[in-house]
Amino acid sequence: MREGRQYVVMGIFIAVGVVFLIRLFFLQVVDTSYRSAAENNAILKVTQYPTRGQIYDRKGKLIVINAPVYDIMMIPKKVKIEDTLAFCRVMGLTRSGFDSLFRVARASKAYSRVKPYPFLKQVSNVDFARIQGALVDYPGFYATARTIRSYPKKVMANTLGYIGEISKKKLEAPGQTYYKQGDYVGISGIESSYEEELRGKRGVRYVLVDVKGVEKGSFKSGQMDTSAVSGEALTSSIDIDLQQYAETLMMNKVGSVVAIEPSTGEILTMVSSPTYDPNMLTGREFPINFGPLQKDPLIPLYNRPIQAVYRPGSIFKLVQSLVGLQQGSLTTTAHLPDVGPMGCHHHSGAHNGLHNAIQFSCNVYFYQAFRQYIYHKETGNTFKDSERGLMRWRDAISKFGFGRTLGIDLPNEKRGFVPDTSFFNRVYGKGSWKFSNWYSMAIGEGELGVVPLQMANLAAIIANRGYYYTPHLIKGVGKEGKIDSKYTTRNYVGVESDKFQVVVDAMADVVRAGTARLAIIDSITVCGKTGTSENKKGKDHSVFICFAPKDNPKIAVAVYVENAGFGGVIAAPIASLIMEKYIKGEVNKKRKPLEKSLIEKSFMPELPKPTSIVVSKKDTTIVKKEMKVVKKDTVVKQAEEPVLVREIKSNR
Amino acid sequence: MYDDRDSVSRTIDWLTVLLFAICVIAGWLNIFAAVYDPEAKQNIFSMSLNSGRQLLWIGCAVFIILVILLLDYKFYEFFAYIIYGVVLIALIGVLALARDVNGAKSWFEIGSIRIQPSEFAKFATALALAKYMGRVGVRFDQLRTQITCAILLGVPALLILIQNDTGSTMVFSAFILVLYREGLTPWVLILGAFAIFVFVLALIVPQLYLVLGIAAVGLIVIGLTPKKTFKNIALVLAGCLLIAGVAIGVDKIVNDVMLPHQRARIMVLFDPMVDLHGVGWQVIQSKIAIGSGGLAGKGFLEGTQTKLNYVPEQSTDFIFCTIGEEHGWIGSLIIISLFIGLFCRIIYLAERQKDRFARIYGYSVASIIFIHFFVNIGMAIGLLPVIGIPLPFFSYGGSSLWSFTILLFIFLKLDAHRNQMTARY
Repeated sequence: MREGRQYVVMGIFIAVGVVFLIRLFFLQVVDTSYRSAAENNAILKVTQYPTRGQIYDRKGKLIVINAPVYDIMMIPKKVKIEDTLAFCRVMGLTRSGFDSLFRVARASKAYSRVKPYPFLKQVSNVDFARIQGALVDYPGFYATARTIRSYPKKVMANTLGYIGEISKKKLEAPGQTYYKQGDYVGISGIESSYEEELRGKRGVRYVLVDVKGVEKGSFKSGQMDTSAVSGEALTSSIDIDLQQYAETLMMNKVGSVVAIEPSTGEILTMVSSPTYDPNMLTGREFPINFGPLQKDPLIPLYNRPIQAVYRPGSIFKLVQSLVGLQQGSLTTTAHLPDVGPMGCHHHSGAHNGLHNAIQFSCNVYFYQAFRQYIYHKETGNTFKDSERGLMRWRDAISKFGFGRTLGIDLPNEKRGFVPDTSFFNRVYGKGSWKFSNWYSMAIGEGELGVVPLQMANLAAIIANRGYYYTPHLIKGVGKEGKIDSKYTTRNYVGVESDKFQVVVDAMADVVRAGTARLAIIDSITVCGKTGTSENKKGKDHSVFICFAPKDNPKIAVAVYVENAGFGGVIAAPIASLIMEKYIKGEVNKKRKPLEKSLIEKSFMPELPKPTSIVVSKKDTTIVKKEMKVVKKDTVVKQAEEPVLVREIKSNR
Repeated sequence: MYDDRDSVSRTIDWLTVLLFAICVIAGWLNIFAAVYDPEAKQNIFSMSLNSGRQLLWIGCAVFIILVILLLDYKFYEFFAYIIYGVVLIALIGVLALARDVNGAKSWFEIGSIRIQPSEFAKFATALALAKYMGRVGVRFDQLRTQITCAILLGVPALLILIQNDTGSTMVFSAFILVLYREGLTPWVLILGAFAIFVFVLALIVPQLYLVLGIAAVGLIVIGLTPKKTFKNIALVLAGCLLIAGVAIGVDKIVNDVMLPHQRARIMVLFDPMVDLHGVGWQVIQSKIAIGSGGLAGKGFLEGTQTKLNYVPEQSTDFIFCTIGEEHGWIGSLIIISLFIGLFCRIIYLAERQKDRFARIYGYSVASIIFIHFFVNIGMAIGLLPVIGIPLPFFSYGGSSLWSFTILLFIFLKLDAHRNQMTARY
């Protein structure tokens, strides 16, 4: 009889299942009130976007602001357009543009007849002023305000960077939980490196909506809502007026300028030429301009001060002097033998020690100095000594920041190149190379590679007599103005400060009576060193680093002008004018002709005939080839009529 | 003699394994649907989502299954009391050591791993009960047997009740079905059902009407009684008094003894508006979500009501909402049939055991899983009060998945060796 009880138990199981299914049948199929309850009761998660932090220059001038733009939204179901042509006129559309907008909208995944859809995105203030008045005549359309980045000064594009929609790769990066598809993030420059500070914190509002998307109140009386927190404002160390001046001087030239305040490591100016107007990569401009900028053979999107690797040229003799003095393989007075594989083209035989050698940039002197550095305390085996000497030297100059990244607050900083033993082992084979294979590094040629920022930092190190602060562009984040402690820590370079005297004195004479007389500034002692960096492709690059005043320096500058020849002629006067402008506030009238001639000088390389890039495009507003290349012309040509959309392509 | 390992794959009941696997995989997909945010690009395997972690728990469960199947089948009976003892110690330990989580002290925390001993008390108690009742000569009609069973079941149930885990305590009522099969009088089942009926009546009908109603029913019964002897009338009157007493008592317990949150959970059953921002909200949302699914549902990941994380138990206790909303009545039908099929299959397997230990354990497995199914879905569709209890194999969480897996696969292991066991009665 108890065996029969198994059927009772199974019966209970089945009965419960049947009761549940009957209940569910009434709940799900018979009773439709739950369905309408669901429709009337959807909870909409409305994201509250924070405003991105603005950026100020060192004097408190705004250099990156948020400009209001407007999205024209439509609810397709309510749209009623009686006179299409009049509507197009108001909205600034061509007839075909109007049609294609609707075509794209209907094809979009987000399109629904009852839900708001962004009909026109990011309409500028000016256009919106025209549209706003007429908007009431067109039911189904309304505007929502949002902001985009705007750059009132139109300079420093590469350093500031740009923002754009988040990439798929970044969105799916492991551990990434903050961003959602369609979010805007900083992609390069300061916008990227300070993304977390600038972006603020998104807020969320839960609202109850009915099926038509009409708000019916907040969910749980707002208990779960979080409000958006604006991004932090950044204070940059850049002097925006100086930046603008430097960019003007670098017009029609390829190269970079970096100016640092030695006592803090704050970057005052950072020019990458050719550049572009940063406003070209905001909002609606972005899709029009980004492609051509990217394809431009002069690569304006490339931030040369931290990415372009050059040979340092004669400027490197300063480093050779300092590490030699510190090691003791060089003294200030020793006269070195005037023999070597390099000649000395600046002066005739008068080798009066280190001071003189720097002042006249004597190649053979530095060949000998480097040789002594490498073979210091030799053992007799030149191969072994070369290996050890190389690594010792590499360590010493690494403290100056060569061959490694300095740690500037920008992404994609290049480290340059300082060869090590394994490099030469690869090139020549282990044990079969020595000093004579790479002596040309003595004068900053050969295998060496540096970026302009490292050279400006070298000028700052000499100005400080032995230490530097990691160069940085942001001197304060938020109200409290905090920055990372690595930017407020002194980095010593391992050379005692008294060793710097002879180098500084010699640099003063380089300007006073040496290779860089064009750098002289009235009543200020300028210390500098010219360089002429050899390059395989064309004319030498003109290089100059300097700081001023000699005592208690205010500014250290490095200037690179590609294919402009000797450093004293182009780079030195550019650096000098920048320093004068910074220290005195303006450039002396006497130097105006020099300034004018420098601005007018052009060292643009001969380009291969521009191919398909720009010419073939009839539709864009970009007409002139030079407009992206040369600073002055980077004003996007305005269409005669305010046309917002002519024809757009679907992204999908 | 044949190779032990080989025999398991040949003699294990693959139908049950298949039902189990379907449940676990369907559960995993629904967990993803419950946490899915249409705005974000999400991967079902992402470890930042419940679905990704559940997959890890499933992987662990597979490992546990292998261990269970590789152990000797005699192990479970042999160590039944020891396992039971260890779990009791753990239950006492958790009271002393655990931190309060939402008012319940039921979690051991070892680093980031949290273990809930009450989950493991289920199979340990089942093993101990089966071992005791499976002994030769134990007969359920003896008082001694009844008392021993009550102690075996009562001690862990009490310890879990002290942890403030009402849901897990209730699970122990599942053993009534097991005892019923082994000889408990059917009156317990009937009285139990009747008590629930009175309990519900007491809550929804005002006390005065209820008493008058009982009196009226009593009078009608007396009127209809063919032999109006004193004994019969006294019996009916005594019954009526008892029922009225229970009804008044229930009212008193609910209003005066129960804590506010317990009371709320019961009261919302009848009127969700009582506690609109708390439990009532969950009940309303749950019913709307399931109700809006219609016949065929809105489709996988297309649900609108279960997409936001505002109900904390979205992927655990209220996982059935997602099923109901996205797969409609047909989906519910499939899932419920799946469970009923699993229960009946286990009962069928239990009945074919020659060994009482294995049979009693099998009944325990079916009953324990059943009571979870009963309470969880009953709660989601508004038939039972809101009690935090997982839906077996579906709800998110390592402890519960593992505990059900262990429960089921120990039985499957025993079943696989049924021919090697000797009948002992």
